[in-house]
Formats: sequence, C-alpha cells, structure tokens
Amino acid sequence: MKEKKTIIDLRGIIKRFYIGKPNELEILHGIDLKVEEGEFLSIVGASGSGKTTMMNIIGILDRPTEGGYLLDGVDVAHAKDRELSLIRNQKIGFVFQTYNLISRTSALRNVELPMLYGGKPRSERTRRAKELLRLVDMEERMSHNPDELSGGQKQRVAIARAMANDPAIILADEPTGALDSGTGRRIMDLFQKLNREQGKTIILITHSQELAEETRRIVTLKDGAIVGERSGSGC
Amino acid sequence: MLIMENILLALSGLKVNRMRSLLTMLGIIIGIASVIAIMTLGDSISSSVTDSMTAMGANNITVGLQQKSTTTQTTGSGMTFSFGPRMNQMKEEDYVTEEMLTDLKERFPEMIAGYSLSESLGTGTAQKGALRAYVNAQGVNEEYLENEDPTLTAGRMLSGRDQQEGRKVALVSDRFVNSLFDGDAGKALGQTVDVLMGNRYYTYTIVGVYEYESSGMEFSTDSEEDTPTALYLPLKAAQNQNHNTSGYRQFTILTAKEVSATDFCTMLEDYMNSRYYQDNESFEIGAMSMESVIESMTEMLSTVALAIAAIAGISLLVGGIGVMNIMLVSVTERTREIGTRKALGATNGSIRLQFIMEAVVLCLVGGALGIGLGIGIAAAATNLMGYAVRPSIPGILISVSFSVLIGIFFGYYPANKAAKLKPIEALRYE
Repeated sequence: MKEKKTIIDLRGIIKRFYIGKPNELEILHGIDLKVEEGEFLSIVGASGSGKTTMMNIIGILDRPTEGGYLLDGVDVAHAKDRELSLIRNQKIGFVFQTYNLISRTSALRNVELPMLYGGKPRSERTRRAKELLRLVDMEERMSHNPDELSGGQKQRVAIARAMANDPAIILADEPTGALDSGTGRRIMDLFQKLNREQGKTIILITHSQELAEETRRIVTLKDGAIVGERSGSGC
Repeated sequence: MLIMENILLALSGLKVNRMRSLLTMLGIIIGIASVIAIMTLGDSISSSVTDSMTAMGANNITVGLQQKSTTTQTTGSGMTFSFGPRMNQMKEEDYVTEEMLTDLKERFPEMIAGYSLSESLGTGTAQKGALRAYVNAQGVNEEYLENEDPTLTAGRMLSGRDQQEGRKVALVSDRFVNSLFDGDAGKALGQTVDVLMGNRYYTYTIVGVYEYESSGMEFSTDSEEDTPTALYLPLKAAQNQNHNTSGYRQFTILTAKEVSATDFCTMLEDYMNSRYYQDNESFEIGAMSMESVIESMTEMLSTVALAIAAIAGISLLVGGIGVMNIMLVSVTERTREIGTRKALGATNGSIRLQFIMEAVVLCLVGGALGIGLGIGIAAAATNLMGYAVRPSIPGILISVSFSVLIGIFFGYYPANKAAKLKPIEALRYE
C-alpha cells in the first residue's frame, strides 16, 4: 500500500464552553486524530459524547479552544473568518441529518450554490450540477423544489451539493437519521460508491454501531475522549 | 453575478410571501405614489400654463395703472394689479398719455420694439334677425394685431388708413361668422352688424374674418357658441366710441428680443413713477411681464410640491421602518438557511449582500408600483382639469434612487445581523 496523504490532522484538541465565569464546561479533552486521503471513517458515540462538537471543529464551523488542526495541509485553527469560509467552500462537503436544502429554489440551484460562492461561472456551475445530480440519480427531478422531494431524494440532492466543489472530505452528520431503513441503505450505498469510485474521504458521524460497521475505520468517542479505534467491515 | 442571483432569489421570495410583501411595501408605495402624483401634477400644470402664457408672449410687458398703496410695496413683478371697482375712480388725467409713450420710447429706444395698445369696449351681443353672437369688442392698434397675429381666413386685416381715420370696421372670428352667417365668410364680408353694448347699438362693417383659437385658459361653463369671441376695431374708433381722448389705463410693450423682461419691468416702473406719477395721489405705474408671472407661478408650485414631498418623506420613513421590521423577521425565520449557506462557504459579505438586495428589491418593486399608482392619480387629476399629463422624469428618477436608498439603509441592520450569525448557532436554530 503506497504512502497516503494526511487530510485531517487534529492534535490535542480541547473545546471548552464558558457558561458564566466559574463554570467552564470542557467538552473535548484533547483529541488526536489523523485521517488519510480516501478513508471511510466513522465517529461513533452516544449523545453527549462530544461527537457533534467534534464534527463542528472538523468542519471548521467552530474553533477549538486549544490544539492544532491542519486540514489538507492548512492551519485552520488560527485562520480568519473569511479564510474559513473559503476553506469550507473548497475543502468540505456537508451532509446534514435534516438535509438543510434551501427551500424556494430548485434542486439544481441547491447543487450550484457552493459553486456560486466559489465564484464559478454560470455555465460551468450548471454543467457540473447536472453531472452530479446524474451521479446521485436525481437528474429527472432537478427542477423540483425541495418540498416536492421525499426525504431520501432530498438527501441525495444534499450529497450532490456536498460534492459540488470536489472537496477533500465529505462530512456527514447522521445522514440516514431521518430516513427509513430502505432509503438509508441507498444513501449508505451512495457513500460507499463515492468512496470507492471517486476516492472521496468520507467522515460519518453517527450514534449507530450498526451503521459504523459499514465503514473501514471506526473511532469511538466517549465523554469527550477517543476511547477506541478499530477496523470496520467496510472494504 | 452574485448580485443577479440575489435579485432572482429575492424576487422568488416576494412571490412566495405575496401578501406579506405587499403589506410591507404599502408604506413605500403610498410615499412614492404621492411624490410622483404631486410632481407630475405640478409639472403638467406648470408646463401647460407656461405654454399658453408663452404663446401670449413671454417677453411682453404689460404696464398699467394701479392704486397706490399706503404701504410702499416693492413689486418688481407687479403681481398686485388692481382691477375691478377701484378703477372706476380713475380719472382721465391719471391716464398714460401718447406723450408719455413717445417719451418712454425715446428714453429706452433699444429696448422697446413697439406698443401694443388696446381700448376695451366690453362684451356685447351682435344681432342679426333672430341670430345672436357674443363678442368682446376692443379697439386695437396695428402692433397689437401683429403681436396677437390672428390667422386670417377671409377678407383683410385692419389697415393703416382704418386706424388713422378711426373707421367703424371690424375683424370678427369664424365662430361669429358661424353664428350669424351660417359659416359663409364671403357673405359676411362687407356686411354691417349691430352690436348691443351697454344699452346702445353700434354698427360696424365686417372687413375680415380670423380663425378663433381657444387660449386654453378659459374655465367657461357656457357652451362653446356662447363664449364671447374678440371683435377687433381700429383703436381710434374705440376711443371715439368711449369719448376717450386722453390716453390709456393699460398698454403692452413689445420688447426687443434680447431684453430681460423682468429687469426692464423694474426700470420702467422706476422711470415712469418718478417722472409722471410722483405727485399723483392715488395711482402709480405697475409693470409685469409674462416671464415674471411664469416665474412666480413656478416658484409657488414648487413650494407646494416641496411641502407635499416632505409629507411623503415621512410616509417613506414609516415604510422603510416597515421594511426593516419584516427583514428582521425574515432573518430570524431563515436562521437555519443562513447557517447552511455559511457551511457551504458563504462569507459574511455575501450573506449581507443577499439580505440587502432583498430589501432593495422589496423597496424597488414597491417604488415601481408607487410610480405607476402616482402617474395614474396624476393622469386622472390632470384629465379632470383638462391639462395634458407629463410624467415627471426627475420625479421618477428621484423615486427610484430613493427606493434603493431606503432598501440599503433599512436593510443594512437586519442584513448585518444575519451576516454576523455564528454558523453553528445558526445551524442549531430550531
């Protein structure tokens, strides 16, 4: 196996929340995690284990209180807001449990959105968005608004949107949490396909052991610390 | 590029919340509509009036006798002409004489092109058998006719000899001919007509027919046939009829083209009053030009417009606050959307731009509806008054830019609030 590039390098990440002066609440107690390019990784933990906070930090929606974070070789722990916006735009694709598609605008426009913020010209945006919608098998419904789509369809559009700027990682927070098992299965298959065929690094955040088993590497989080790491059955 | 996308987005947002948007825009619509209506109305009235006044000769100066007021008024424009009962007390020795006119012309030779003189005989009724026509008879000199320049349709103008000899010949309107001669001008020429004025009949011979033109300033409730038309006589004939040998109560100076009529008015008044009316107990000379009348009228209209614009400004302010309010609601409602957009890479600036554009589009659509409504109101009003509508272009431009400004001003605070939201907090918002 040839040497792989490290995409995510978290070192000693500590996150504290200050709720009034004397009470500080430490959620993450020094997390070290390395993720290599092309991995399919899951972060598992019960509610309150700090996995959402960790996802926010990985997705640079939030900053760590202490510790260092290199994302694709860039120090993001000390970057400015404006730079963070650009990094989120270019390097990270988000998939949320609640889909978070922009209502009032079509599936196609939703997929185009990250490219719009990334400053791609219109014709290229549309071409790429159509291509991605074809990949997730949503081509025929691209002119529909989100409220005309089913949950599974919305999530597939959201995945296409996450892929828009060809990011280094896809960060999926309970992507099947709001779906029935059959539909959830299709979404997981889609992630498998993206990982296998496109070589995308995918980080799945879930509370479900069963789902985590499908990934190649499982990181277990408990009370704000990594308590276990093992290989999953995903190949 | 991002701006275009934002405009389309904002428009689709307006469509979804149609009722809410309309109510929000109402303040803007009313404000802009009143500004546009009043400006259009003002422009239409003043341009119609200016047109008809200019047709009467903007550069002519009307000079007349006016009552001396106990308080000395400085009237350069001479808006205080006193017609009516007071004039009856005027004696013949007060009149402006031929000698004064000659002197004036010698004093200001390069300014005065001529005098248009007239002697009014009042209104009268011309009768022929059972047929009637109403006339407004006046004796006029040659310059008067040259200045007025009526279009001759038959016969001839009043000649120099008519003037010198004071012949009882008349120039009548085609309306007059329609009433008395079935419209046959040829039949009318050379005929005599009896005109009842006061309680005497006067007889004139018709030598010419001119085409009647409505001055556009008559608010007569009479039918058109009943409106008196001018019947022109030689000046001397009218003076003879009035037994007036001493001069004029009023005359018009035809000024040379390059003279500023307004300035000349003041010069005239000063000269005439100091030279001839210093010792006159009750009368003095007042001069006014159409130019100065137009000026003071435009001034008055713009003052009114300004006052109403101020009221409209308050309405716009209230409308703007309404826009700000609804934008704040919109930001709160769409907190998750803002969070999502930030997660997808929207910078604070692009979120701010999005919400400002939304406010601007809201105000612009409101402004456009207001402009339409305002022009509609002005059109209805001008139509009622019989003027032509002229949409005020500066008014429209001002309204459009004002709408944009209101959008930016009142949209900025909510937009900035949206831009400053922390992505995790916005995403977590229920």
